[in-house]
Amino acid sequence: MIVELGHFAVILAFVVAIVQMTVPMIGAQRGWVDWMRVATPAASVQFLLTAIAFLALTWAFVTSDFSVRLVATNSHSAKPMLYKISGTWGNHEGSMLLWMLILTLFGAMVAWWGTNLPPALKARVLSVQASIAVAFFAFILWTSNPFTRLDFPPIDGADLNPLLQDPGLAFHPPFLYLGYVGLSMAYSFAIAALIEGRVDAAWARWVRPWTLLAWVFLTIGIALGSFWAYYELGWGGWWFWDPVENVSFMPWLLSAALLHSAIVVEKRDALKSWTILLAILAFSFSLIGAFVVRSGIITSVHAFATDPERGLYLLWMLAVFIGGSLTLYAWRAPALRTTAVFSTVSRESGLVMNNLLLVVATLVVFFGTMWPLLAEILTGRKVSVGPPFFDLAFTPFMVVLAMILPVFSTLPWKRGDLERSMQPLWGVLALSVALGALVWALQTGASMLAPVGIALAAWLVLGAAAEVAGRIRLARAPLSESARRAWNLPRADWGKAIGHAGLGVTFFGIACITAWQTEDIRVVQIGQTFAKGGYDLRLDDVSRTEGPNYTAETAQLTVLRDGTEIGALFPEKRFYPVQRMGTTEAAIDRKLSRDLYITLGDAQESGGWAIRTYVKPFANWIWIGAMIMALGGVVSLTDRRYRVGAPARREAAGSAVPAE
Amino acid sequence: MRRLLLALAICLVPLGGHALSPQEVLDDPALESRAREITRELRCVVCQSESIDDSNADIAKDLRLLVRERIVAGDTNPEVFDYVVARYGEFVLFRPPFSVANAPLWLAGPVLLLFGIALSVAFVRRRARETNGPRPGLSPDEQARLDRLMRE
Repeated sequence: MIVELGHFAVILAFVVAIVQMTVPMIGAQRGWVDWMRVATPAASVQFLLTAIAFLALTWAFVTSDFSVRLVATNSHSAKPMLYKISGTWGNHEGSMLLWMLILTLFGAMVAWWGTNLPPALKARVLSVQASIAVAFFAFILWTSNPFTRLDFPPIDGADLNPLLQDPGLAFHPPFLYLGYVGLSMAYSFAIAALIEGRVDAAWARWVRPWTLLAWVFLTIGIALGSFWAYYELGWGGWWFWDPVENVSFMPWLLSAALLHSAIVVEKRDALKSWTILLAILAFSFSLIGAFVVRSGIITSVHAFATDPERGLYLLWMLAVFIGGSLTLYAWRAPALRTTAVFSTVSRESGLVMNNLLLVVATLVVFFGTMWPLLAEILTGRKVSVGPPFFDLAFTPFMVVLAMILPVFSTLPWKRGDLERSMQPLWGVLALSVALGALVWALQTGASMLAPVGIALAAWLVLGAAAEVAGRIRLARAPLSESARRAWNLPRADWGKAIGHAGLGVTFFGIACITAWQTEDIRVVQIGQTFAKGGYDLRLDDVSRTEGPNYTAETAQLTVLRDGTEIGALFPEKRFYPVQRMGTTEAAIDRKLSRDLYITLGDAQESGGWAIRTYVKPFANWIWIGAMIMALGGVVSLTDRRYRVGAPARREAAGSAVPAE
Repeated sequence: MRRLLLALAICLVPLGGHALSPQEVLDDPALESRAREITRELRCVVCQSESIDDSNADIAKDLRLLVRERIVAGDTNPEVFDYVVARYGEFVLFRPPFSVANAPLWLAGPVLLLFGIALSVAFVRRRARETNGPRPGLSPDEQARLDRLMRE
């Protein structure tokens, strides 16, 4: 019964979405205020209905209702509760419903908090948002219904893929979807602006927080996924340039570009039509991602949906949303005129370069991801494009970006003076280069990767610090004066500095792990000790253990440093009998300076066990850096000027915040 | 990450152990590191975008042994790649070679960058030259609203 209620709620939500798509748009075109007002309650109702449907599906998973086809094929009664709940979206249909939950949530958020939007703009935004919802609800109802019942329910389910039975599944997809779907807001605002034919500073101010929010979620989602793959897949890779990863990375790069170009629209009334195009592209790449993951066109063997019917539907959707929006853009964008004037050396031109690098880097990733498909269609050749290509073709863009970032982010708007802006940075530059040289002198190999990477990382972090120090006149004014200035520095500027420093931290982690990771593969007898990376590791025991829905072989290793025990590690090999599949559970001793990463291999015929040990220097800095970037975004979001909120709320909060 | 969702790829043999086993490792560390370098760039033919260095599949193991055999036999790295490509085709190369057929792939980045630079330079120079034109009018109402937003 509850499941049928969920099914019914999806159908109702679909109908409400159709109403929300049409009525407010007609109202906005004709200037009928009461028709426009329909959008607000419709968005709330749509969200409420989707939430009911989502809870109903979760209920089916939690109670292991195997008469529901989706539960029978993706769950098992012995599965731990956490994975029963997160298993709701560990499959195609359920993840689509999560996608819808988030899509309708964003729509509802605009409805609730967008009271400062002009009524016509709000109506159009919500109408465009609803058109996306209509397409996806139809997709769910006609090709991917999660509520289908089985005539003959099995006694127990087929279980969830063991690799997904991890807390990572509870957090990674929701964050990623919050990011993907969050970009739909920027898209809806862009389409609404094109229909209205005007983009101004106020528009940029409304659209930027939503983009920032989406970007923050995407950053966290991608970092979580990378972190999860790092410990779960058993060889400690953190990025594989896999097509499925690339399709999440492209919207991230584009939303980063969009964030920056929207600043130019807001502050300088320039780059308007470009910003609109970026907003369209960012969400289009989210849709392309959904298509690639769910159609199986690039990765033909895939856990998610390899159904050609779904692929075809999604392809149509891409054609309508991307083709439609670009056509509208081509028609209306020429009317958007830039009035601002700025010189060649200015913050504006710096942000143009930022956008150029990020967008071309995105296209390189896109081309690399699609090339195998294109080559096969065009010439019938089967080719592969993997990490070695992307490392070579993508990295230069990031290097140049890091090189110019601290310089241009301190340049003033309109007309800058390169010499003056560089003045506080010469010291930083010298320090960074010296650090790189020191690293180069210390390391044994002649590889330039670590020295260059670390110099760039230092340049980014110190550059961000120098900018803040300059703004608050640190050491040039009394400390109390600096503290006052720091307090009064807009949160957006703090966010910018924190975000850029976070990028530097990630650069540092990537450079170190790539240049200095070492590994060791050997057969170890029980009781035997071996040395690795300054540690002695003793294999004490390998025993059979039982988990709730798996059996495992668990090794116990003692870590010794100079003869004293400093810890124990328990790498595991698990076997999940329902899915007849094994997983490797690495044991990781985490430190800020290095990860000691151990996996257990097969028992050897000669006795003993294969043990693989890695020392991964500064691995955690990759994800810490990503979290710092996300923190920068959050800090910037709390800036009074960008806060996602209604003026009423802002005024209420304003009294508690000291005046700037 | 989402690659986990690819996990059902046929590569996952029951009881996922290590890709590279201790027996395969060459005694000479210099040769072994060359072998790793090569196997990281070769694709496992039955897997989803996984290198033979990472894969547990039997065929990946065979290929790893083959690469090491060739290295021990004295082949240079390019010779090993040629040897493998002659048998398995260009498909196994994760880094497609610079060739006429692959030119679009390799040239896409540089060409797009040059194109983008040309566009941006033109845009920035036009901005730098153009004098302040007439602003598209805001209604007094909107102007007031904008001013209020700007003040906040």
